[in-house]
Amino acid sequence: MTKVNTTPNIESPDAFYSDLISAHDGLSREESEALNARLILLMANQIGDGALLRELIELSKIRGNYS
Amino acid sequence: MTKLFETPLYPYKPSPDQRASVPVRHPVVVVGAGPVGLALAIDLAQSNVPVVVLDDNDKVSFGSRAICFAKRSLEILDRLGCGDQMTSKGVIWNTGRVFFGEKQVYEFNLLPEEGHRRPAFINLQQYYCELYLVERIRALQAEGKPVEIRGGNKVTALDRRVDHTRVSIETMDGPYDLEADWLIACDGAGSPTRAMLGLDFVGRVFEDNFLIADVIMKADFPTERWFWFDPPFNKGQSALLHKQPDGVWRIDLQLGWDIDKTEEKKPENVIPRLKQMLGDDVEFDLEWVSIYTFQCRRMEKFRYGRVIFAGDSAHQVSPFGARGANSGFQDIDNLAWKLKLVLDGTADEQLLDSYDAERVFAADENILNSTRSTDFITPKSEMSRVFRDAVLHLSEAHDFARPLVNSGRLSVPSVYDGSLLNGPDADELPDRTRPGAPASDAPLRDGWLLDHLGGWFTLLALNLDPGANDAIAGVPVRVLQIESPEIGEDIRKRYLGASDQAVYLIRPDQHVAARWTAFDSSAVENVMANILMHQRRRQA
Repeated sequence: MTKVNTTPNIESPDAFYSDLISAHDGLSREESEALNARLILLMANQIGDGALLRELIELSKIRGNYS
Repeated sequence: MTKLFETPLYPYKPSPDQRASVPVRHPVVVVGAGPVGLALAIDLAQSNVPVVVLDDNDKVSFGSRAICFAKRSLEILDRLGCGDQMTSKGVIWNTGRVFFGEKQVYEFNLLPEEGHRRPAFINLQQYYCELYLVERIRALQAEGKPVEIRGGNKVTALDRRVDHTRVSIETMDGPYDLEADWLIACDGAGSPTRAMLGLDFVGRVFEDNFLIADVIMKADFPTERWFWFDPPFNKGQSALLHKQPDGVWRIDLQLGWDIDKTEEKKPENVIPRLKQMLGDDVEFDLEWVSIYTFQCRRMEKFRYGRVIFAGDSAHQVSPFGARGANSGFQDIDNLAWKLKLVLDGTADEQLLDSYDAERVFAADENILNSTRSTDFITPKSEMSRVFRDAVLHLSEAHDFARPLVNSGRLSVPSVYDGSLLNGPDADELPDRTRPGAPASDAPLRDGWLLDHLGGWFTLLALNLDPGANDAIAGVPVRVLQIESPEIGEDIRKRYLGASDQAVYLIRPDQHVAARWTAFDSSAVENVMANILMHQRRRQA
């Protein structure tokens, strides 16, 4: 893991978090899953870098870190 | 067209071998006169290696079958003398449409890279390809080349001996035996050769059925490729519409695994689906319908002593990406020159293990690509479907998502990275022509670079003089020397990059063996010696 930035980098974290959650307001589970998928794909395109994307996927797979 | 199917192209004729008191020995016997077997026979005959092709049938294959011939196949067929016929008969399309559910999500224009003699691919019925290959064999025979096709010759038993294979054959005049120094099985996915030798066909990555139909439209219909994900007329599956020559359109409907084939094939079931697909007002005739079943797998090895497998007999993939016949042509492209060197006694027999290594590598690449396409087309999990649908929804409004849409990645030749035959590389030269890669075509003089390479070892010298080398390590080599005024933009970009000069040793199958930015005859000798004495290096 060399490229992933795990230091705080999001401008206005509270605002971002609230935007993310409110995007799901009123959606069914299925609609929310579709929205999440679209969002991940849009973000992945923004990142672009293949090695970085792989690292991000790997990092998200380490469940022991989070649960 | 009906006539082509009915006319025996290589009818049974008794051979003197049938009356011989002891089985006649042949250097190479090819089993199967499909595109792969025929192409191999041409390749060998062109370099004067005697070859006999056996087939239990005597006609072209029925129905369109393989219909997409990729650029690399056309380049190989150029070398075999059939490229012009294929390309001029074939259909070239540029516009594709992608549908998801009820509606079109986007259309695209293929913008193939310029500076190549051949297009990215053509659509052409397999029977035309077979016809042109047989015609080419007839022309070679007229020139006195040592090639024979024996129709109505069914191989019934094989006996592997130390340095040959005993082949038992059945004909309408009764059985006979012959002996093959080398037996090449090009007898398709159901390979009787493989079964007779009791060899495994492992893998089965996935399996599926496709209903394939050739239809003739009664009115104008655009020359485009249409691909449907999850269409209303084939829920949860895919469908493909492709244009072929002679006003024939090819339709592929994916059916899944657990189906009733007889039921699905009935016109009363096929026609309503096609009407839904094409629109009620489009009138068409259904010319041919068939169900094609595949499993995605390969043999563990492609060489078993003196028996070698090529094409579908060795590996089978899903139809997405047209990686069946196209990879078969690359198999024989890889095999023919190695067989010749071994039969001539110039190279060690172990050179043929590099066929196994390089083509198994390629088969794995094809299986990987076709597995990825299949996973996109028929998602295997709920979340896989969520992402697939998200990609398709996004692709309607956003270009960025379109490269993620995977309805098959068109067959491109493998780069034999890491092959034991590869020699030194020069880092400053362009990546695309590194050792192991197929030489890229480019305009040269009044023609094309690949035509100048031909089908034997070539020393391609750009802006330098390799001296008068007509042989390296005892193997004849042609020198193609190109100086600055003749080096166009494409050759510069594809072979020089930032360097002013380079020398490439190119194999008979037009793959790069090694390259340098300065000429050193002993370095070139070493690469050739390594190719010829493969075994010794491997043991060292």
